[in-house]
Amino acid sequence: MAKEVTPEPTNGLTAHLQERFPGAVEPAPEPYQGLIVSRDRLVEVATYLRDELGYSYLSSVTGVDYPEGTNGLPPRFETVYHLFQPTGGPLVLHVHADREDPTVPSLVPVFPSALFQEREAWDLMGIRFEGHPDLRRILLWEGFDGHPLRKDWHEPYYEQEHKPFDSRFPEGHPVPAEERTPLKQNLRYPPGWSPRGWRPMADVWGYGPHDEVAQQKNPAHPVDRVVLNMGPHHPSTHGVLRLLVTLEGETIQKIEPIVGFLHRCHEKIGERNTWLGNMPYTDRLDYVCSMSNNLGYAIAVEKLLDVEVPERAEYIRVIMAEFTRFLNHAVSIGFTGNDLGIYFTAMLYALEERELILDLFEMTAGSRMMCNYMRFGGVAHDMSEEAVALARELAFERLPRFVDKLEAFFTDNELFRARTIGVGVLPPDVAVAYGCTGPLLRGSGVPYDVRRAEPYSIYSEFDFDIVTGTNGDVYDRYLVRVGEMRQSLRILQQALNRLPGGPVIASKPKATLKVPPGEAYGRIEAPKGELGYYIVSDGGTNPYRYHVRAPSFINLAVMNELCRGHLIADVVIILASIDITMGEVDR
Amino acid sequence: MRASLYVLKAFAVTFRRFVETYIDDLKWFFKGGFGKRYSPEALPVRQSPKGRGVFTVQYPAERLPLPERFRAFPYLVYDEETGKPRCTACGTCARVCPPQCIWIVRATDPETGKPLREPAEFHIDISICMNCGFCAEFCPFDAIKMGQEIELAAFERHKAFLLDKERLLRIGEKKGLESGA
Amino acid sequence: MPPRKRQLPEIPPELVGTVHITPIDAIYNWARKRSLWPIFFGLACCAFEMIGTFASRFDPSRFGMEIMRASPRQADLMIINGTVTKKMLPQVIRLYNQMPEPKYVLAMGACAISGGPFKEGYNVVSGIDKFLPVDVYVPGCPPRPEALLHGFLTIHAKMERESIRDLRWYRKGEADRSIPVPELGPDLVDWRLTEQIEALQQPAASNQ
Repeated sequence: MAKEVTPEPTNGLTAHLQERFPGAVEPAPEPYQGLIVSRDRLVEVATYLRDELGYSYLSSVTGVDYPEGTNGLPPRFETVYHLFQPTGGPLVLHVHADREDPTVPSLVPVFPSALFQEREAWDLMGIRFEGHPDLRRILLWEGFDGHPLRKDWHEPYYEQEHKPFDSRFPEGHPVPAEERTPLKQNLRYPPGWSPRGWRPMADVWGYGPHDEVAQQKNPAHPVDRVVLNMGPHHPSTHGVLRLLVTLEGETIQKIEPIVGFLHRCHEKIGERNTWLGNMPYTDRLDYVCSMSNNLGYAIAVEKLLDVEVPERAEYIRVIMAEFTRFLNHAVSIGFTGNDLGIYFTAMLYALEERELILDLFEMTAGSRMMCNYMRFGGVAHDMSEEAVALARELAFERLPRFVDKLEAFFTDNELFRARTIGVGVLPPDVAVAYGCTGPLLRGSGVPYDVRRAEPYSIYSEFDFDIVTGTNGDVYDRYLVRVGEMRQSLRILQQALNRLPGGPVIASKPKATLKVPPGEAYGRIEAPKGELGYYIVSDGGTNPYRYHVRAPSFINLAVMNELCRGHLIADVVIILASIDITMGEVDR
Repeated sequence: MRASLYVLKAFAVTFRRFVETYIDDLKWFFKGGFGKRYSPEALPVRQSPKGRGVFTVQYPAERLPLPERFRAFPYLVYDEETGKPRCTACGTCARVCPPQCIWIVRATDPETGKPLREPAEFHIDISICMNCGFCAEFCPFDAIKMGQEIELAAFERHKAFLLDKERLLRIGEKKGLESGA
Repeated sequence: MPPRKRQLPEIPPELVGTVHITPIDAIYNWARKRSLWPIFFGLACCAFEMIGTFASRFDPSRFGMEIMRASPRQADLMIINGTVTKKMLPQVIRLYNQMPEPKYVLAMGACAISGGPFKEGYNVVSGIDKFLPVDVYVPGCPPRPEALLHGFLTIHAKMERESIRDLRWYRKGEADRSIPVPELGPDLVDWRLTEQIEALQQPAASNQ
């Protein structure tokens, strides 16, 4: 992304690639987008795209299961890659894999950002990535029975392929889900398996790679290495994250985030839900900024639906998304203070502003945290006069004062600077390679922001700057966040001054909505980075595939690069500067 | 010496806040004496963006006003004239409910066996409900609404949180009186 | 809220005038009630609302519970604030086992009560009360801070009605009340269900 935009090949990208790689690339049939790349030459094509055509950023990797052939294609597993240039829309690559033994070459050597995402696809979909350096389960645990996102895998409480379930109406006698299973719990074991005589697998908790590192010794400084567990219950891991750290003295040799402690099966449930029914579930992804999650999902589905969003609704969406960004950054900086040992002071100030912003959300959307506010083609409720007045008061008076207060607290504070300057340095090329987005990427000096790269909603109408850092350390990320808070206020002030009248939704939302077949990737600049929703519709009332490209999850993969060589005390502050929410990491 | 100046500046933020609380207390004292700060008229001002000083709501004694749109758990509305629920057992809410926590049994005519336009049983499991408000939003008859009852803590979950038709209507009655609906 | 029980326990006739049980109960409960320390423990969305509750607007220090201890050894209230997944459950139970008695569990939000909206998910425990004794359930998704505070008050009400004489943690013969920690196998392995699982698997095994 740091590079200049490479001009498109004159004879069209598809034709150019077909010429360059004869027989390996073909356009995907309708209604799919992009290209189908042959499995054997994927790495070659990806390297070419990265080096020659400027597709330097691999945003999303995921798998889709087609147990039955669709659109003239055979039964298959598909891996779907979304590549981006510094500006513009995605290039979608589809790679087909055998349904019986799905194997796809790993793209980690070309794009390290596939590191966690390919593990996730292996874990949930069972697609094996050849050449992946560390292909273990990531969200579930080693030894789990089956790969849950496969269409033929059913959870213990499986009732029906799609909601609404027939047992609810018209003969809806309430039966708890537990009562329908023999064990009266959400449990299911493979046939013939018994706990008697069974022992847990040795590496359920993932110590394997660390034992190797811990065995090694530095010849210049031969001390025993220690493997240390941080979390999942730890006050500074921002949720149920577990960090496995190998230490030499106090210096970090290897650190590995172990996630999945909040894996709530978002995608499996999402495929059962109706299109609209997913909206309140997206609130619970990144529970700090539910409005942004709503917006991303609405934008993704609107791409398939082709609806016009009224102007007022667009303005309200931007207002809500920017308040959310402000809220997220305020809380994030507050927590940074907490992790540094400033204890609660900064955080209490941040949470006070949060309460006021939540008052606005509650007044408008009806709920403090789980707003469920956006609909396809608009928003659910109009902003009342009272809410606009509150928003104006916040955006013009209260919040600018708060940013000043926060800066007085941190920016020049010697103690804060001593702990953050030069800590957790992320070079821009590493950041791009790992697919980092959001303040983490911009802190390294890469001016990449989806609001500018691929403008959505009405962001192209607003005047704002992309804040970037220079050194890529924790302090710069803090400065980027503060700068973004000010830019958010700028956008908010413009939006509130220009807020037009009119309807807030194109047409009254329908409860059971059918979405035309196709695939879409909707992405927005969420406060934590690029939030992408990849959806596949087969023309029904439910998504066929629903995948969330969560910024926190992918930003977390760079943790090892950031922490290696630092002291153990710096881990929490580096983690705080990445700014993760576990609901989004684990989904 | 300069090195510690900015730390002092950070302390000053907190100190200023500390002083502000006393100034705010005094302001309210001159407006109406002791206790004025914690009177019902003062609450909206203290909790607005203009508020200064201590931000706390003294919860059991005073309550934050809930906005009109705030939604907690659904309840059923009944017709005041007939005393019957307004619900016609069309099943829209059960279909649209994302976590599928609404169970409806449609009533049938005991003689002809034909389905009637009223529910025989109506259950909502509020231990599953995710407060999304879709049921109220999509109900074609405005027969189900989102209530604002939040203080529902209980010692037990199976009986307390599986609300049947009678309890759903009772919540409605209480809220209906309050909101004048 | 259930009414307060103000019934005096029976004092043996020979000890009348020398032993005073009720005041001790009252003092004991009053002291415990006003120094309930929750464990600083966050699971999911509700954890963020809990942090919001513990901030300045709702301020539980008014109830003597502003100190949240990160160590389970110093806490006596566990707020299960969010979805308990199968992967997290062993840790939650381990934390509970480490808490000193008397200890209380508050299930905050739909997920902790029953699995909530994520109940059907393959990695979600259908309510923490399948494993831990839950004292108070606070419904909501997430519950508003007031609702959580009301949950605390409900726990206080429960404490007020307790007596040293019949509390389970002062009874003899229950030395090890710790809860068996489940393991992660092909699915969550709940050791208490061993026999049921075996009984269930028998026909499946013979069919093969």
